[in-house]
Amino acid sequence: MSAWLGRHLQALLFAAGRLARAPFGTAFTVLVIAIALTLPAALSLLVSGVRAASGNFASAVDVTVYFKRGTTLDAVKQHATELKDQVGIAQVKLITADEGLEQFRQGSGFGEALGALPDNPLPHVLVVQPTPDSRSADDITALKARLSDWPDAEIIQVDTDWIQRLNALLDLARRILAGTAVLLGAGVVAVISNTVRLEILNRRAEIEITKLVGGSNAFVRRPFLYMGALYGALGAALASLLVLVGCFLLAGPVSTLAQSYGSEFRIATPSLGQLGLLLAAGAGLGWLGAFVSAARHLARIEPRV
Amino acid sequence: MIRFEQVGKRYPNGREAIAGVSFDVRAGEMVFLTGRSGAGKSTILRLIALLERPTRGQVTVNGKDTAKLPARQVPAFRRQLGMVFQDHMLLPERSVYDNVALPLVVAHVPMRDIDKRVRAALDQVGLLDRIAALPPELSVGEQQRVGIARAIIARPPLLIADEPTGNLDPQLSRDVMQLFRRFSEAGVAVVVATHDQRLVEESGLREIHIASGRIA
Repeated sequence: MSAWLGRHLQALLFAAGRLARAPFGTAFTVLVIAIALTLPAALSLLVSGVRAASGNFASAVDVTVYFKRGTTLDAVKQHATELKDQVGIAQVKLITADEGLEQFRQGSGFGEALGALPDNPLPHVLVVQPTPDSRSADDITALKARLSDWPDAEIIQVDTDWIQRLNALLDLARRILAGTAVLLGAGVVAVISNTVRLEILNRRAEIEITKLVGGSNAFVRRPFLYMGALYGALGAALASLLVLVGCFLLAGPVSTLAQSYGSEFRIATPSLGQLGLLLAAGAGLGWLGAFVSAARHLARIEPRV
Repeated sequence: MIRFEQVGKRYPNGREAIAGVSFDVRAGEMVFLTGRSGAGKSTILRLIALLERPTRGQVTVNGKDTAKLPARQVPAFRRQLGMVFQDHMLLPERSVYDNVALPLVVAHVPMRDIDKRVRAALDQVGLLDRIAALPPELSVGEQQRVGIARAIIARPPLLIADEPTGNLDPQLSRDVMQLFRRFSEAGVAVVVATHDQRLVEESGLREIHIASGRIA
């Protein structure tokens, strides 16, 4: 086991030495890989952030009942009490016309203009939240029908349409992200494969001599595989750094923008697990690129004596 | 150790390098392959080292029929063989130590053993004091001796050398031959391809003369 580890450690150190001896070439290759990995990583972070934020809304399907103007607060409270006792209702929140006006005054910035109104134009509102097991489309439709039967209900609004649109957009974004990730991943494989190909050609004489003294294809291939994995891992590490810097730079402006729309949305920084996954993906793609190149080119090199 | 039985080698372009070649080399024997350039000496060495496979006849090395040896077993086969070349075939960017250690490294010999054996091999060829040098820093004769140290370090039962004295002066040539004789006396079968008839005559050893791809 220790001999096996020793051989791999030797190959790893040898590959690292080759990369270190050509710092500029290595830096440019790593940069290209990093750029290719940063884009899908950042997009993934954005989509998962928006998804998480919308998930909170999506799980809270509300049905809002706007009552006819002139409906008394007691009548509305009576409806609220009846609803709370019904099966499938988790919560009923009453927003009186006065509370609604106050919220609008604070949130809209039209405080003074609203003060000029002769009376409150807003109706009393009940926000009805079904229990989690009563949020299917059929349940919501049935609840909406029940509420519509109230003679003093003006409008029944189910607040799910925008979530469905958002989810559709997110689904589209996820598919674009998957396509982009596959394309850029293939790009990383191609870049590393070509870099390793050039390295193999540069070291042709060394490979021939190694095979001449009994080096197996696996022995000759091993340092190249580590070289590919190192390129990928270094590219992924740089991509992680770029994503973290991007999160740091954009967190403030995005938060400000989100707050101006009344949202608590924040750019999430990648977790250690996500960064580890990115590193593993980079190393894996690098290994794959090197393997493709080594399998193709090393087998063709035989000692010429 | 080596047996050639009616061996022929024809290349895809139709050129016949050797034909009907038969000979034996025993363990501990040193044999010269002689002949003019292009006679077929190198082809015979390439067949022994499995750098080529025969198109006719049978080549047996170390008890193995080389024509039937699967490709995956070729590296292990070559590890049982020491090879010395006229142009040394050293890695110019690696030290003398690394060059000599290479056959042991590819054979996964533990590092502590490699160190001892590299020093012993370099001591045998008189180059222990140049252990850290790079091949381009060495004279031609020293490079040849590094090549010899690399060939013998894995203690192969068979050593083949292709024009090993081609670039050496007469005294160095004799020194190299002395080394080869010492190896053969230690039980190693040695096959030396050369066109230097004077060396062969001086040695008084068996000679297999090749002319136009056939044993003359």
